[in-house]
Amino acid sequence: MKMTKHEKFERPDGRKMDEIRPIEAKAGIIKRADGSAMFRIGSTVAYASVHGPRELYPKFLQNPGKGILRCNYNMMPFSGSGERVRPGGSRRSKEISMVTENALMPVLDLSEFPNAVVDVFIELPQTDAGSRCAGICAASMALADAGIVMKDLVAAVSVGNINGNLVVDLNKDEEDIEPAVADIPIAYVLSTKEITLLQMDGPISQEDLKKVLEMGTKACEKIIEVQRQALKDKYKGDKDAE
Amino acid sequence: MGEILLKEKEIVIPGEELARGLDYLPGNGTYRSNDTIRACRLGVLTIDGRAIKIIPLTGNYNPKRDDVIIGKVIDVSLNGWRIETNSAYSGLLSVKDAVSEYVDRGADLTQYFVIGDYVVARIINVTSQKLIDLGLKGPGLRKLSGGRIINVNTNKVPRIIGKQGSMVSLIKDATGCRIIVGQNGIVWIQGDPKQELIAIRAIHIIEEESHLSGLTDRINAFLKDSGADPSASAAINADAPSDDISQQSEQSHESSGYDRRPQGHSYNRGPRRHSNGG
Repeated sequence: MKMTKHEKFERPDGRKMDEIRPIEAKAGIIKRADGSAMFRIGSTVAYASVHGPRELYPKFLQNPGKGILRCNYNMMPFSGSGERVRPGGSRRSKEISMVTENALMPVLDLSEFPNAVVDVFIELPQTDAGSRCAGICAASMALADAGIVMKDLVAAVSVGNINGNLVVDLNKDEEDIEPAVADIPIAYVLSTKEITLLQMDGPISQEDLKKVLEMGTKACEKIIEVQRQALKDKYKGDKDAE
Repeated sequence: MGEILLKEKEIVIPGEELARGLDYLPGNGTYRSNDTIRACRLGVLTIDGRAIKIIPLTGNYNPKRDDVIIGKVIDVSLNGWRIETNSAYSGLLSVKDAVSEYVDRGADLTQYFVIGDYVVARIINVTSQKLIDLGLKGPGLRKLSGGRIINVNTNKVPRIIGKQGSMVSLIKDATGCRIIVGQNGIVWIQGDPKQELIAIRAIHIIEEESHLSGLTDRINAFLKDSGADPSASAAINADAPSDDISQQSEQSHESSGYDRRPQGHSYNRGPRRHSNGG
């Protein structure tokens, strides 16, 4: 898709500039995991399963001070809209696994688990841009579901700059608009107002970046509401009884 | 001025604001940042005077001293056995805490327990680095043979046991099965195969519905409907030692269950791990 600069911009799917795609979230969907969650935003779907805290081997990876977090981001072969995604790790997935760890670690308290590991597996059966953000949202819910001590949930969303128009939660159609679109994923912790993930793909001006952060954090606040509700819904039966 | 923002017994999510002001104190599962108290675990909110705490609904077993757990032997070393505890850390069962007779140095320890055996053990000590020492000296602590092993949510263990063991006794009496509930969420059940399955289903009902009122009545009704029959298991358990340790009751125990003479293990089948087809 090509666009000239001064055209009045309308989003391909008719959303408002600061409107996120419809979200669906569920906690505790994988029986075998210690904690799990599904997070869908538009047609990007992320599943996260948490295992542990459990013993960590090989031993040299252990940290006697506190437990470590190990994330694994994986797009399934049939996810995405283009060619089949080659299964197995890639440079991209390795990077995203790392930034996911860094986005989640600030809220976790693993000091009770020296030498142990918390494993997070993020699987994406279907992607339509914003997959790392969906992965982080799912992972933070799954960690809460696993009963890990954490000071808050983490929500994440991407904000883009399409020819000077700032839009929240890009989908693949918008990401592919030419010329270059700036795509900035943001992970946000509501209680401390911390930003735990901020990456930049494409050019953006300083003033625009400030606006991007504002729009992103606002969108994240909405996402946190959905995450909390999903975790509460898992125990809905409890409420009826009391 | 302090105020509590949520009602007692509500489900709270990490990061949620529970109370404002300095009048309240953050208890288990909560923390204070500035002058708000927030949750740091998923659980049920309880207010105990000025203290606000959370009873967790999920989470792995956290080993504590004096807990009686069921563990699996995963390694045999020179001076003991390594036991999987269903937590983030494995425990060490040393020979001197496990066997009452004299054992030569360098003796073959597989004559007592082999890899894959299940034992009921007490946690003697947990260090800050989470090294766990286990012991088998006490009433009812022993190796398990036969029966089935199931895993349950650790946080539901007190519900499964019930007040003074009332709930587990209910299932024991109805099915005639012998049941040991480890604090680490591993449950051993032995009896007539059919009755074992009924007991397992009853335990899963407790696990899923423990927060709803009238649980005991529902378990009673379930046991009646499902054809639980104590006499079916009677033959199997006729000469079984008592194993009422899960209730932590004060009554004395016969010591026959604590007989640890070396025995051949090849034909003595250990418990089967029971899973839901997974």
